[in-house]
Parts: sequence; C-alpha cells; structure tokens
Amino acid sequence: MSAEPRSLTYREGLNAAMAEELRRDETVLLLGEDIADPFGGSYKTTRGLSDEFGAERVRNTPISEEAIVGAALGCALTGLRPVAEVMYVDFMTLCMDMVVNQAAQIRYMSGGQVRVPMVVRTQGGAGRSSAAQHAKSLEAWFCHVPGLKVVMPSTPRDALGLLKASIRDDNPVIFLEHKLLLLDPYAETVPDGDHVVPLGVADVKRMGTDVTVIATSRMVRLALAVADELAESGVSVEVVDPRTLVPLDEEAILASVRKTNRAVVVHEGFERNGFGAEVAALIGNRAFDDLDAPVERVAGANAPIPFSPVLENAVIPNEARIRAGIEKVLGGL
Amino acid sequence: MRPDPASLGLPPADLLHMHRKMWAIRAFEERAIELFTAGELPGFLHSQIGQEATCVGTCAALDPEDWITSTHRGHGDIIAKGGRLDRMMAELYGRETGYCRGKGGSMHLFDFGLGILGANGIVGAGLPIAVGAALSARLRGTAQVSVSFFGDGASNEGAFHEALNLASTWQLPVVFVCQNNEYAESTPRRVQQAIADIATRGAAYGVPGVVVDGMDVLAVREVVSAAVERGRDGGGPTLVEAKTYRFYGHYVGDPGVYRPSEEVEAWKQRDPIRLFEARLAEAGVLGREEADQVEAEVRQEVDDAVEFARASPEPDPASAFEDVYA
Repeated sequence: MSAEPRSLTYREGLNAAMAEELRRDETVLLLGEDIADPFGGSYKTTRGLSDEFGAERVRNTPISEEAIVGAALGCALTGLRPVAEVMYVDFMTLCMDMVVNQAAQIRYMSGGQVRVPMVVRTQGGAGRSSAAQHAKSLEAWFCHVPGLKVVMPSTPRDALGLLKASIRDDNPVIFLEHKLLLLDPYAETVPDGDHVVPLGVADVKRMGTDVTVIATSRMVRLALAVADELAESGVSVEVVDPRTLVPLDEEAILASVRKTNRAVVVHEGFERNGFGAEVAALIGNRAFDDLDAPVERVAGANAPIPFSPVLENAVIPNEARIRAGIEKVLGGL
Repeated sequence: MRPDPASLGLPPADLLHMHRKMWAIRAFEERAIELFTAGELPGFLHSQIGQEATCVGTCAALDPEDWITSTHRGHGDIIAKGGRLDRMMAELYGRETGYCRGKGGSMHLFDFGLGILGANGIVGAGLPIAVGAALSARLRGTAQVSVSFFGDGASNEGAFHEALNLASTWQLPVVFVCQNNEYAESTPRRVQQAIADIATRGAAYGVPGVVVDGMDVLAVREVVSAAVERGRDGGGPTLVEAKTYRFYGHYVGDPGVYRPSEEVEAWKQRDPIRLFEARLAEAGVLGREEADQVEAEVRQEVDDAVEFARASPEPDPASAFEDVYA
C-alpha cells in the first residue's frame, strides 16, 4: 500500500477504496452493469479494477438489478463480501425486494444466525438534466428500513474511508454517491496508509457559533460555500456532515445545536418525510430548550426532478435557498 | 418375479432414508395442520403434503454442504435437507428455542449450518439468492451446488427470469427446481401462463429444462442428480420441473373451492409416499409392517417435537430488538 500522501478526487477515492479492499481481502468482489474495463463503469468509478483483479472478481452483469443484488446477497450469506453497483439510485426500484425484504432482514428473521456483509453502491442527485428517472435522492427510503446502514460521503477523503468501512461492515450498507461529486475535479490529500472512516461518526466540516447546518452529500459543499459567504457579514456557521444517515451520530448533531441554538437541515432528497424531518424531530425532542428558532428544512421540492436546467434549479436546494434558510432561523438575532 | 433390492438403483439404506424423510414431512405437516386448526399456532401455514417426493428426491441428490433456498411452502424442503423437527416446530410456535428464536415463523425458517438459506415469504425471491451462493462456490473454489425450490407461480416473476439468465450467463452450478403444483394460490396455471411445461422456459436462457413426475421420488432424485453433476462439472444450471400437487388448500383453512374434487382425488390416487412404498415392497426393500413401523416412529418424533415446543419458553420481549444489526 502506498505510504506517500495522495491527492484524490471523490471518484478516485472510491476507486482506491475498492482497489485496496480487493487487494487486502480475497473475499471481496464487485458486480454490476458495465463496471468492467475498458468501460469502467458509467461514472468510471471502477476503472482499472477488472484489469487489475480480473473478470472473476470484477464482474459485468446483465441489466438485471434484482439478480445483481440477489446474487450479491447469496454471496454475502456464503462467505464473501460483495460490492454491488446499481447504476442510478432510481434503479433501486428494480431491486427493492432484495434490499428491503431480503438483505435487510435475513439476519433478523433467522434469529441472528448469519451476518450479511454486503454493499450496494449507487449514485443519485440532480444537476445534469438527467430528469425524473435518473436524478432522485432516495436516501430516506433506505433509512426507513431497519437492518440497512446508509452512507453518503461528501468529500474525497470520506468517500475513500467510508467505502472501506462499508466493505468491512458485517451488515448490508447502502452507499449513496452523488453524480456531480463523481464528476468533480476537486482533489484533496488523503491520509497515508489504511484510511478508514468508521460508520456512525459525523464530521464537523466547519466550526461556527451562530447556527448549525446539518447537510448531506453534495449539500455539504454548498453549505460550506454559503458559510464562507456569510462569514464576510459576520455570521458564523457550523456545518455538520452526518456522513452516515444510519447509524446517525445524534450526539454530534445535538452538541452542535446546543452550542449554536439554531439549526437548518439541508438535503437534496424530497422534503416530505425526508431525512430532514428525522433530524428536526431529533433536535425537537432532545434539544428543544436549547433552540432559539424552529428547525428549518432546505430540501428538494415535493416534485419530480424536471429536465430543463431552469426547472431543475427550481426544485433542488441551491446556495441562495440555503442562505435564505439560514437567514430565516437567524431572524431573531 | 423375485424381489430384487438392487433393482431400484440405490443402496437400500438410501432408499429407507428417503422413505423415512417423506413420512417425516407428511407427519410434521399433518400435525401442524391439526395444531393450527386448534388455534395453537400463530400466523398462517402452507402445507407441503402431496409434494414430498419433490423435496426428498431433490435433497437426496445433494451433499450436506450444498445449499437450498425454499419458499413460503417450505417445511418439506427443509426437513428433506436435514432440518430438525423440534426446532422447526418450536419456530412454528414462535418460541425461543425455534430455529429463528421466534422471529421467522413458518415462512422464514433458516439453518445456515445445514445449507438452508431460507424459506421465503416473497414468491421467487430465493432464485437470485441461490445464484449468488453458486457464484460464491465458484469464486471460493468449492464443489458446492445450490438448489432453488420455487412454484409454478414464481415462474412468472421477474426474479425467475433474471436468475436463470444470470446463472446461465455465468454457467453457475444451480439447479432450479420448480414444484409445479398447478395452482398459484387459487389461480390455475392455464390462466397464468400459456405454456404446457414450465421447463420449456429454460430454452430462452440456454438452460436445459427437464420435466419429471413430481410424485415419483426416485425419478426426481435421478433427474436432480444428473443436474447436480452437470453443475459440479461446470456445465451450468438446469431447470427441473417436477409436476406435483398439494393435497390441501393454499393455506391451512383454504377450502380450495377453485379445484374440482375429481382432480384432487385423481392426484391423491398418486400419493407419492404410497407410490414409493409400492416400489420398495416390490423390490423387497420394505414391507407393509416395516413401513407402518416407520410411520409410527416419525409420528412419535413429531409428538416429541410438539412437546419440546410446548415446553419451550416464549422469547423475551427484549429480544425483539436484538439482531437487527450484526
């Protein structure tokens, strides 16, 4: 393993995580549509891996989501650590039985007889005019199901460390990437050696004192940009990235809110019954007396994702909407 | 003609084992029906009575390390693969000593140690899982084979088609065993699919399809053995269609008004246990008295299983929150 500091993009972080785990653990395998070389995945996340590890361990599959995830589950039940790729989170609709009725519950239904070490990687999010069937953010669906872990990295470093932790986890993990982050040339230095980020630990991406923004995935980047902007006018924003939605680092969120007394939850998924509602309930139940304003949600509109860039921008949180949300909870200052 | 024990092509010990397993299934199911009807078992129950030859013939072709996936109507498959009657019965009672500590029940019986990757409450769900297990055997370099049991109804699910295609594409050691009992719940096959034999669907995926008399345990064993051997030798998957019949309704309590009584009676004339016993008697392997003795012994085992279940503790309510995650 390389001991030199590496500078990686989000996509390279994911690629490195898979390469490193394939190298260290012979029970790891990848399977999915178009993931093998020379194509290397529709977002090129798996590029080079079948060349290095062979077509047996990095397997192209038919367009057959239920069989992909079902086969991954069969592998997980019999001694392997599969990483399945489902090309778009919207296509998870095609394998929900395997995810929800099977993988999530087999350990429980069998009275704890078995572990289910598998990862389903997929990517979601809008911003490319991919329209309603290729751009949703469906994390809330998976958070709703007991037995699943749900991971959403926002940075290259976290993409690397969280994917490695997910592959090593003994539970089914839904690993949600964002398509704009996959295409983002932004690179950052990642720590030397075996960089693993434990599941269930939030990260304060920016310290602040006036308001807490709890943001996920690409919304972390936007929230940080807004925080920079507001700093110029003397507002100090703390940005907390839960990184894993299940298990959720509730204490990190509560600690931040108890300090700032104001909270905004920002996510790209539909607002109604979304992740933000869960966080708002958490804060309301356990930090009510610390709040100086109601918790605000800035989330995807309750509408399908439209095609036109103008329309798309209208339904997805952007910097202006995040800023407006922050200003709203700061209104009493 | 002089009886010839060798005429059935298997060692007598194997034949007697199969006979006993068939009776174990029959006795377990009859008792479960009785207990359910008396209100002693929660949930609902799907009986495999009538289909015993498909369960036992298939599992007789497997090694202990091989896997099966089963269905909502799976007690027989699980008994045939070696499932313990006491732990199964305790699970039907929802007790702490059950296979799943009361969390699974009739439709979710597992014994991973015996290669039982689960009965399954979702029609067709076991097929892709069996494909994954076979892939695992390939990658880990073992000789294991997986069998997926499913019904005629499941052959209309996407999971069936996706699983056959993937297993065939990768030439994996899977045997897909269709227990075609001619009814998907209440719906006869002629109004759910326009084909005579489900086995013909294999051709669409390059998978050999074989029709077998699902009331003839020896025929099932022979066909599945050949499929298992093919799989182990790298020849890929096989689709076996065992034509069988359930002697009772879809679930216990279903009067089965959708099936003509003459049809039910005709199938009952081909009771797989009686057919096998006739063959065993003819070959001089097992006489009537000995067969009755076997029946009495397994009924006693089932009684013991019921006593075990009744004497077992209810699960601690706190355990409802255990094993959600590893």
